[in-house]
Amino acid sequence: MSARRERLAAAVNQLPLFLGLVLLWALLWGKFSWLNLLTGVIFAAVVSIVFYLPAVQLSGRLNLWRTVWLFGKLLFDIVRASIDVSWLALGPRYTPSNAIVAVHLRTRSDLILTWTAVATSIVPGSIVVDIERVDSTLYLHVINMPDVAATEKFRSRVLATERRIVLAFGSAEDVERVSRVRAEEDVRRGLDQVAGPHTPADPQNGAQA
Amino acid sequence: MNAPWSDVVTAVLVLLAALMCLAAGVGLLRFPDVLTRLHSATKPQILGLMAVTLDIAVTNFSVGTVTLVVAIVLFQALTAPMAAHLVARASYQTDHLRPDLLVIDELRNARG
Repeated sequence: MSARRERLAAAVNQLPLFLGLVLLWALLWGKFSWLNLLTGVIFAAVVSIVFYLPAVQLSGRLNLWRTVWLFGKLLFDIVRASIDVSWLALGPRYTPSNAIVAVHLRTRSDLILTWTAVATSIVPGSIVVDIERVDSTLYLHVINMPDVAATEKFRSRVLATERRIVLAFGSAEDVERVSRVRAEEDVRRGLDQVAGPHTPADPQNGAQA
Repeated sequence: MNAPWSDVVTAVLVLLAALMCLAAGVGLLRFPDVLTRLHSATKPQILGLMAVTLDIAVTNFSVGTVTLVVAIVLFQALTAPMAAHLVARASYQTDHLRPDLLVIDELRNARG
């Protein structure tokens, strides 16, 4: 009985992804019809059974405004960074100076980790070289980093992206974790101003040179 | 005959896309190593593709076009980072990189 209920819960959890596949099918045909819907459902079922993948843990939380903000900011970043990289390629003075930066994300969710990796590497100028799943670490190759201080700035940009994604559709636990780190950073920054400027804002994310 | 404003939109967006492709091509030639070239090979096009597809969606506006454009951009946005990541990972692990161009390499520091 309980096993059956668990299976039902798992099926409900996968329902949004299943509907996504049906929607994708309709998108590819470019119009909605009942026949499309029917074949979409059949294909989605075949695809989920034949290409079986481990279940994605959805958080079940979605903040519409935060999601709109996330994609708006992402689009803005893509436009700005595309112009930057193009200028780098076409501009007269180009001196190569790159960095491979480790960013320790605060989430422990595979889905948020994946979203952050894709959102970071879709923005020109950064590529994911490797991922450590155990402690949610992204290793990113970043173009045009003149010095270590620039990598710190880049790191906080990635963490801000993660924060936006978590606030848009992360689990309540992740939201709590992200805001807690943020509060700690604010406190520490307050202390930094007293103690001196050269303390890394996050001990995990300090320069590891 | 199209309305003049739609010609202006087309001119701007297609030129922008062409400029992005040009930058990608020049970057491929000018950038020094595999990882840097990857940036040029995979990234500026996403804006170029968005510009061209947006132009198509604006000038031939219909629900079918818009949904197809959304699907194209979505797939490109999902697959381009994967391809870049696979090449980057392979080139890093086979030492196809120039450490002298890196100001810091935290992957090496972490893995030892």
